[in-house]
This record gives sequence, structure tokens and C-alpha cells, in this order.
Amino acid sequence: MSINLTTPEAQIRENRLSSITGYKGSIKDLATQAGGCSLKSGERGFTQTTACSLGCAQGQLVLIKDAAVVGHSAIGCGSDTIQSNINNRRGQFSRELEYTNINYINTNMTEEATVFGGAAKLREGIREAYRRFNPKVIFVTTSCVSGIIGENISGILEGLAEEIPVPLVPVHCEGFRSKLWASGFDAAFHAILTYIVKPAEKKNPNLINIINFSGIGRKEVVRLLGRLGLVPQFLVQFTTVDQLSKISEAAATLSFCGTLGSYLASGLEEHFGVPYIKSLQPHGIAGINSWLRELGKVLGREEEVEKLIEEETAAIASELEELREKLNGKRVVIGMGPSFSQNYTRLLQELALEVVWAASWHFDQRHDYGEIPATILDLAKNEKDIPACVSELQVHEINNLLRQLKPDLFVCRHPGMAIWSAKLGIPTIFINDEYQSFGYQGLINFGNRVADTLANPTFVQYLASKIKLPYTNWWLEQDAFTFLGEAPPKKKERITKAVV
Amino acid sequence: MAKAAKKIKVIEQVRYSCALAALHSVLAIDRAVPILHAGPGCGQRLSTALSTTNGYQGTGYAGGHAMPCTNSTEAEVIFGGEKKLKELITHSLEVMDADLYVVLTGCTADIVGDDSTEVARGFQKQGKPVVCAQTGGFSGNNFVGHELILGAIIDQYLQPSEEIEPGLVNVFSIVPYYDAFWTGNLEEIRKLLEAIGLKANIIFGPGGGVNALNKIPKAQFNLLLSPWIGLTNVQQLEEKFKTPYLHYPVLPIGPTETSKFLRAIGKYAGLPSEQVEASIAELEKPYDYYIERSADYLLQARVGLPSRFITISDSFYALGISKFLVNDLGLLPGTQFIIDNIPAKYQADLEKEFKDLSPTISAPVVFTNDSGTIREKLRETKFRGKPLILGSAWDQMIAKELNGYQLSVSFPVADRFILNSTYIGYNGALRLAEDIFSVLVSSNY
Ligand code: SF4
Repeated sequence: MSINLTTPEAQIRENRLSSITGYKGSIKDLATQAGGCSLKSGERGFTQTTACSLGCAQGQLVLIKDAAVVGHSAIGCGSDTIQSNINNRRGQFSRELEYTNINYINTNMTEEATVFGGAAKLREGIREAYRRFNPKVIFVTTSCVSGIIGENISGILEGLAEEIPVPLVPVHCEGFRSKLWASGFDAAFHAILTYIVKPAEKKNPNLINIINFSGIGRKEVVRLLGRLGLVPQFLVQFTTVDQLSKISEAAATLSFCGTLGSYLASGLEEHFGVPYIKSLQPHGIAGINSWLRELGKVLGREEEVEKLIEEETAAIASELEELREKLNGKRVVIGMGPSFSQNYTRLLQELALEVVWAASWHFDQRHDYGEIPATILDLAKNEKDIPACVSELQVHEINNLLRQLKPDLFVCRHPGMAIWSAKLGIPTIFINDEYQSFGYQGLINFGNRVADTLANPTFVQYLASKIKLPYTNWWLEQDAFTFLGEAPPKKKERITKAVV
Repeated sequence: MAKAAKKIKVIEQVRYSCALAALHSVLAIDRAVPILHAGPGCGQRLSTALSTTNGYQGTGYAGGHAMPCTNSTEAEVIFGGEKKLKELITHSLEVMDADLYVVLTGCTADIVGDDSTEVARGFQKQGKPVVCAQTGGFSGNNFVGHELILGAIIDQYLQPSEEIEPGLVNVFSIVPYYDAFWTGNLEEIRKLLEAIGLKANIIFGPGGGVNALNKIPKAQFNLLLSPWIGLTNVQQLEEKFKTPYLHYPVLPIGPTETSKFLRAIGKYAGLPSEQVEASIAELEKPYDYYIERSADYLLQARVGLPSRFITISDSFYALGISKFLVNDLGLLPGTQFIIDNIPAKYQADLEKEFKDLSPTISAPVVFTNDSGTIREKLRETKFRGKPLILGSAWDQMIAKELNGYQLSVSFPVADRFILNSTYIGYNGALRLAEDIFSVLVSSNY
């Protein structure tokens, strides 16, 4: 497995990582089958709306401080930049930065553009983005419309290269190309790796790349790594283009989320010589220990790391014990992206909760450095197997699953999920901030949040007593995975529709 | 009056969405479920925009990730997606508990050329309550989408009625979800109509739904309360059921406009004028009470009052708000930015309304959907004192730059949490005054 930076676009995850979106089984089975050719994605006869690459790509790029993004799409595809602007504000608030709006222009492709092409609009969008925002780079994100009509993005950008004196970077993230919205992260990072990152002039032995989302809770990372004499830099949201161009100078890359970080971190390792720390993610004690130990190994600082681990673990020992007693045996279902799902499965067990089902929205059979994700292998070593599924945000499945399992708690991540368990009266924790349970103190904070959530479930109970789910009784009586069939054999269909 | 700004075709900062975003008009119909034939990201993105980041309205009965969707990928783009759509509708009828299923198409399905309407027709033939609107995002904005959805329901679902119910009025007005105050606003319209003795048939929001849809053909007349959105729908109803319509373009906010509106509608409905006048007198009383109380503040706080108010909003809100602030509160307008891409044929009428805001006051209008254009215009403007910007959450920045006040009333209302507030009528005007002057009193002028 390798990251190819000579191609204009990143390969989608289906092809690159054999990622799947439909599966029912168990953690051990997933781990055993992963990486090989035996694990195939199941297809569904009934599907609810999911998410797409464009959202993931755009969400990363519009928060790079002095970049601009031109979305080459119909106007609807620019809609979630409103959410990005809220994220922007939260990030600026937490960093005590002055508040600005994001630099985003949409080319507003209309009927005319679908017939005659949107080159003129794209050129206008780029010119206006340059004039209005004075950016250091302009990213151009593609969309279903620009993809289907076969717009020659690279050609248009090349044509403008003389006129616009900053890099014009295509980002190939058409929604229809991949079922894995995380392919959009890769598209954004591919663009950054190919156009922005420069080979290091000199290395900075104390600088550590941390790939995360908005980085709201990064203070604790600064504190912990600071104790090792290391300085983290948080990627890629809220960086400047100049900073991004120099991330190759770092001594190592850590990631908060294996799903998010795989491409960028592997690319940095393979092409710029920055080692990627292929550990568990730093959620909970085992996670943070693994994160720090692997880092210590790469940097040759094992001893300091062991000392740090010892002190930090001791500092929370009694509180952790109390929490474990309080939460012991409560039954939890998890629903998150694969990396978070696997890491939280481990973390919740550290809190003495019983994970009765682990759902993930997709599953990457490999990461970009060619190995099966460390987290799933780690979970598979446990004596006890845990039932698991890959559910692609299919809330009809999740609803039936929860009705059947009746857990004490549902822990989820991805906007729009929390409501569906709450409507069943199940106390729900939504993990919005990726630092929610970072490290030692984070585990305690999170454990307390679990205890608080269980302590007063009146809100969800009231919801459940009043609100009807949008499903027929027939569906509610079915098995959760009724519509999840086997992977269909690749059919050769006749081409019935010409693509414009 | 309207200055043709340099014709910018691209859009900075999204102030409306695509035609498919009108899936929210389906969600606003009680027990109706949208079925999307679209790419995998459309549903999430549009519900994030129109419900989450716009007043935090939530997913409701079957919004967000509960919406059935073909999540079209490469296979549907290359081979066509009709088969998959048919399968999805079949299963949606089994799984989703609804009275009406509205199939909506996104860009992929429409560019590829799927005949989604024909697929839906197959289900109609079996007597299933399925309709289809082709709302590919590139074909227009969410206002157009709203009309397309209503059009599909009128065309493919409504049945003629034997009798006409006197006094029953179908209300076509506010665009659900896009207007973060839609539920409160529609409820207030209902109260106003009922106060003068009519029966309001309101499709969207609590208490509407399929029952309200089924009553449409029985109405005495249709009320289109909007400058342009919905005009094709009432025309379509006139053609299909011979129901006449009253087109009233001004959103009634405050006593001047609301009383005018009630008189106009009373006259059109053939209500005795004494009955209407008596109701108006009653309705105005509480407004007058509160306005007397607020007068001290409004008079003594002059120094902090906004010098000019700017609206950055769809044509409907901009006009309603301007009329209220000018005619009832004595404020002065600056430029009014109209962002809803109002079709050229309606622009002149709207400009005339702004020209005659009051017998002595008019406001310049700029039609644009691009925030960069708005920002440049505002930077060129010389304000004496603090301007008041009534726009969206995007406009916090420009308000700050101009050292002005800002209140988000228009999409995206991302900085406010909205439940049942309304800005319509007498009550709504009080609420708008509360919100505006709360911004003033909480700032240190
Ligand atoms: S513009 Fe087209 S592809 Fe984008 S969200 Fe709207 S319908 Fe979907």
C-alpha cells in the first residue's frame, strides 16, 4: 500500500483500503477477516441518507486560515459551509482569535452550466476568491454536477496559473464516487500533500504533528507533550498555509483518529520522512499509553514516557476506581466512525461498562501504511468477543438494534445520530469534541459525564413517552439487518443511460 | 432605484440553498416522508443547513438521516438509477410510517436523466400515496423547489371536491424551515385569519398534514401571502379546481400593515366590514399597550438608536420588516438587499413597494445573492451613527466592521435558538421590537 502523489486524485477508500459499509458479525470476526479478500461489503435494499466526500473535504479545507475554497457545484452543495462557519467561530473562540467568516465561494452551477459547462463560472469564482480574500492558496472542490458533466478542472486551473499568483489546487471529492465519506478527507489531504507540503529544509526534533478535527481541547495535549519537551502542532484546521508547507519538519505525526489521519500521516511518512506513530488513539488509558509509548520509541524517549505514564496514571487512580464502581456493568451500545468506535469500545470497558454492541459507520480493512488498524487487533485480543456491525448511518438499523438490546446508554458520534436513540428513551452521549476523553484526565471527565447522563434520564424518557418513531410496526418487528444482504456478485449491466 | 451591481454570478456565503433543500417543505407536512433520489451527501448537508444551522430546528419526525435515499453512486450515474429508486420506494412504503411519500430528485438523478416521475407514477397507479418532484439542485433554489413540491402534490395527489366550504382559506406563504420562524409565523397567520372570522387551512406545521392537503380543493379561496413564491401554485389550483386566489405580497408586521392586510382579506372574502373592524380594534389593543410602555425608551434612548436599518433577506421578510420599522416605529431605511433571486418579472413590483414604503420615505434596493457584493456596497456607504443590520449570522462580521447592531432574522439564523417565536402581525411586531432593542440595550453604546 502506498500513497501515490503523482496522480491528480486520491483513490477512493473502497479501492485503496478495501473499506466496507455493510456488515454484521463481531469484533473478532472483523479483525480476522480484515486485510484479506474475504470481507465484502453487504448491500442494502433499503437505505437512508448518508454523507459524502465533499462535506469531509470542504470541512477541512475551509478552516485553513489563509486559504480560500471555491466550491464548483450547484448552490446546495455549499450549504454545509454554514456549519463550517460555526466550527470556525468555535475554534476562533477557543484560541482567542479574532472572529472572521470562512473564505468560501460557490460557483452556483445552474442548468446552463450542466449543458454548456461551468468553466466561465469557475474562473470567475477563482478570480473573485483571489480578489476578495487575498488567500495564499485556492482550493477548488468538485461535486456531483462538475463530475458528471466531466468538467476539465485541471485544464481550467492551468489556464489561470499565469494570472493568479497563488497555487490553484483541485480537490477531487465528487459525492457519487465513493460510499465512504471519509474518502473526502483523503481528497483534501492529497491536495495538501501534493501542492502545499514542501520537503523539510531542516528537521525540528521537538515538533509533533497532531492530526485532529477542530482541536477545541488541545490544551491537555500541549501540557502532556510539553512534559516530554515536545511541541504539538494541530492539523489541519486553523493552520496557515505557511505552517502546512512545513509540516514535513516535524519529528513525528500522531493522529486522534485513525480514520481521519491515515492518508496524511502515511503520506508524510512515505514521501517526507516524518514517522507516523501507528498506535492506538489516545482515548482512555490504554490508548494514551500506546500513543505515548510508540512516540517515545520513535523519538528514543522511552524512559521519560514511562515516568510520565506512571505519574499521570497514579494521579487519577482513585477517581477512576470510584467511577468504575459506579458504572460497573452498565450496558452500552456504540455507534461512531470506525476509529472512534474501536477506541471507545476499549475506553468504555476501562470504565467497567459492558459494551454489548459496537456499530461503526464504515470499516477500513487496512490503513494506508498497509496494516490492519491497530485498534481492532487490540480489541480482538480480548477474551470476550463483542457483536459488531458496519452500518453506514442507517438509523433504521440502529433503531431496531437498540430496541432489541435495550442498553443503559448509547454513545455516538456523527451529527444527527443522537436523536434516534433518545427517542427510544435511551440515555445518549454525543461525542462532538474529539478531545472529550483525551488521556488520563479526559477519561475521568468522560466517566463523570457518563455518570451524569445516567443520573437524570428524564429528558429522553419524556421524549420516548410522547414521540413516535417514523417506522411502521412491521419494520419495528423485523431483525435490524433485514435489508443488509450479502455483497452482490459484480454484475455486468447494460449501459442504459448515456452520461452527459 | 435598484442599482445593477456588477453582475456577479458566483455566490459568497450561502443565503439560500438548492431546489432539493425544499425537502423541508415535505418534512413540514405532518406524517409526510421525503424519499430522496440523490447523491449520498445531499440529505445530510441540506438538513444541516436548513434545520440545524438555522435556528436549531432539528430533524423532526423523519428528517436527517431517517430520510430514505438512493445515495446514488457511480453505478447509478453510469447505468441510471430508476431500478434502484423503484426498489427504494417499495421498501420505504413498508418501513416508513407515513400518509404521503414525496420523491425528490437531486442533481445526479436529473443530470443522468432518470424518469423519476414515471417511477412514482407506477406506485400511484397501485393507489399508493406517492408523488414525485424533480428538484435537481442545479435547476433552482429552495424557493423554486418549494413550488415544485407543492406543484407535484397538487398535480399528482389532490382530488377535486364536491362542495366548497365558505370561509375556508388555504394559506400559501412562509417557506418552512428556510424561515426559522416558520411555525410561529404560520400559527400567527392562522390566528389573524380566525380573528376576523375565516377558517385558515394551513398545510405545514402542527395541525396541518394530509388532512389539510385533502381540504385544499374545498376552499372558498386561496391566499398567497408572499411576493412571488407560491404564485405558480395558486394559479395551478385555479386551473385545476377553479379556486380563486388573492395575491397579497406584503408580509404583515405591525399594526399598519396587519390591519391593512386584514381589511384586504376581509373584503376579498366578502366579510362584513364592521365585523373586520371590530376584530382589528381588539387585536390592536395589546399592541398599543406595549408600545406606549416602550415609548419612554424609544424617545430617551435616541442617541443609541440605529441611524439606518439595512435588511439582508429574502424579498418577503425585507419588505415586511421595512414597512413595520418605517411606518410604526419611525426608523429610517438604508439599502435593502434582496437575496432570494427573485425572478426579474416580479422585481419591478417589489421595487415599487420599497419606493413607497411610506408617503415620504423610500429605500434603495439591491438584488444580489452574493455577500461579497453586499459587503462592498456597505463599505461604500457613509453611515452617520450606528446602522442596524437585520440579516443572517454571516452578517455579524460586517456589522462589527461598520460598528453597527446586528440581529439574525434571515437564513442562516445560526446564532439563535428558535422555537415558536413569530414576527408576524401585532404580536410578531412586539417580538421583533423586543429582539431588536434587546440587541441595543445589551450593547454599550
Ligand atoms: S446542489 Fe445538487 S448535489 Fe448539491 S445538495 Fe443540492 S441536489 Fe445535492
